Amino acid sequence: MESRKAIKRKGSSLDSGYWVFLLPGLVMFLLVIILPFVVTIGISFTKWNGVTTPKFIGLDNYATAMGDTAFWTSFQNNLSLILAMVVIPTILGLLLAGLLFSYIAPRFGVRAANFFRAGFYLPQVMPVAIAGVVWGWILAPDGALNALLQAIGLGMLSHDWLGDGGTALFSIMGMMIWFQVGFPLVIFFTALQRTDPALAEAASLDGASPWQSFIHITLPQIRPEVFVVVLVTTIATLKVFGQVYVLTRGGPGVSTLVPSYYVYVNFFTDAKVGYGSAIATIMAAIIIILAAVFISFQSRQDLAEDF
Amino acid sequence: MTASTTIAKAPARPRRPKGQRVGRAVRDYGSLAGLLFLLLVMFLPFLIITINAIKSPAEYSTNGPLALPSGVYLTGIINFWNRIDFTTCLINSMVISLSVAILSTILSLLNGFALGIGRMRGTVWLLVFFMIANMLPNEAIAYPLYYFAKFLHIYDTQLAVIIIFTVIQSAFGTYLLASVLRPFPREVLDAARVDGCNKLQLLIRIVAPVSKPSLLVFFAFSFIWTWNEFFLPLIMLPDNSKQTVPIAISVLQGQNFMDATTTASSALLGVLPCILFFLLFQRTLTKGIMAGSLK
Repeated sequence: MESRKAIKRKGSSLDSGYWVFLLPGLVMFLLVIILPFVVTIGISFTKWNGVTTPKFIGLDNYATAMGDTAFWTSFQNNLSLILAMVVIPTILGLLLAGLLFSYIAPRFGVRAANFFRAGFYLPQVMPVAIAGVVWGWILAPDGALNALLQAIGLGMLSHDWLGDGGTALFSIMGMMIWFQVGFPLVIFFTALQRTDPALAEAASLDGASPWQSFIHITLPQIRPEVFVVVLVTTIATLKVFGQVYVLTRGGPGVSTLVPSYYVYVNFFTDAKVGYGSAIATIMAAIIIILAAVFISFQSRQDLAEDF
Repeated sequence: MTASTTIAKAPARPRRPKGQRVGRAVRDYGSLAGLLFLLLVMFLPFLIITINAIKSPAEYSTNGPLALPSGVYLTGIINFWNRIDFTTCLINSMVISLSVAILSTILSLLNGFALGIGRMRGTVWLLVFFMIANMLPNEAIAYPLYYFAKFLHIYDTQLAVIIIFTVIQSAFGTYLLASVLRPFPREVLDAARVDGCNKLQLLIRIVAPVSKPSLLVFFAFSFIWTWNEFFLPLIMLPDNSKQTVPIAISVLQGQNFMDATTTASSALLGVLPCILFFLLFQRTLTKGIMAGSLK
């Protein structure tokens, strides 16, 4: 006991004083993220147009939000987007990663599997706004999708996809499936490489079909990755902005309004900075809760042993 | 999932009946065909944009969006390039993304060094703090940043965007580097101290070179993330001459001069740099996507 203490004390000459290195990062952090966030929360309790003196109104903005149809619609649209950005890409990503790992890589080689993986991932490396420009062009009334429908004799289905409130959100959802699918695919493909082939082998010998073996043997082994993908993409869904800005500006009406775009409109078009801040604060609260779930999960995984 | 997935090292198994082998071949080639078809669907938007960007407007109005171009007509792309001064946009994006990538890598290394090697008290809480800050939506900090920037007279300058994203990106880098440096061998640190190395020398001569692979992964991510950022640059850079590529192209959509082939050209110009970075950073990115997934 005595000697251990001595060693610790001896080591302390090197083990202390590291905070100097943390200082620039911490100061910039407080100034660029924490202070603005606290100010946003503060503004959310005021009525402010961005120019005159803010007027304290307590929780009025939050009360307004609760009775605001546009606010609820924006979150409802976000739930629909979860289908397109979380649920479908996760399922598709699992299936595609499973195919690549079980059938393509063994017969056609890892290079072939890597080629597919990179190809599906490609949309992920571009700005989502640019992806929006690409799709806006395809979905335009005289665009490629309608031309394609006419060419194959389904002209009666051609449509102003983004200009009709009934199809605008579905159009954005379709684009987001295309945009997102590569992310789960890449994560799951990597995850499958650390699964134990002996388990699947044993299941197969016991007469399990490839599908049963995938659901009951493989899937439980990559559950941590599935969890990470679901949480990360859910948080990303709450931040959707660029594609809505480029494609529909929330319209027609409020049919494609999302919280992030609603905040933007309140800040910079309607000059309702207080109300916009309240919505931004609600968004941040939801994300912090999701992040807390994520971190507590993550810490059970590895943080605990590392730190 | 079936036996065929086992690697060559597995003990030899009895040959399977012919019917089963054929079945597996059908299955494997069937998957290949299905995946190739899906990949074509993934690439279709890019192909459609490309064939229309290199079409003349006359050809477009006669043959429609699906016809292959009869030749390569670059005038549409060149006109759009000159109209929005795309060279300036590229330089703006490059200056902002490179500055942020360099500065945020340095900042992350400093933070990661303090938290990973220094093992200060409260490290876990500091990391949780950095991680949550990393996930905060831009909307929750945007208006005060916009206001501060105006107050400090750095609104509508690239400096403001560089400072903001250096901090935002380094939140993730701090987490990454602290995790990487945590298991750094204590003996090396002790040896360095015995040799009279101070902390700055330790950082520059020993820790930085050793963590180079992680620093490169983070550098690539930081660069691409910054290039792709939308909300804050849109707010902070209203002046066309200072805008980044995604902003400049996006704000023009729906303008009168943006006819079909010009819009296709604008989309192609927005996509091309990203494909270039993808090819350039591909190996680094695939190595780090899991690590980068926290973003």
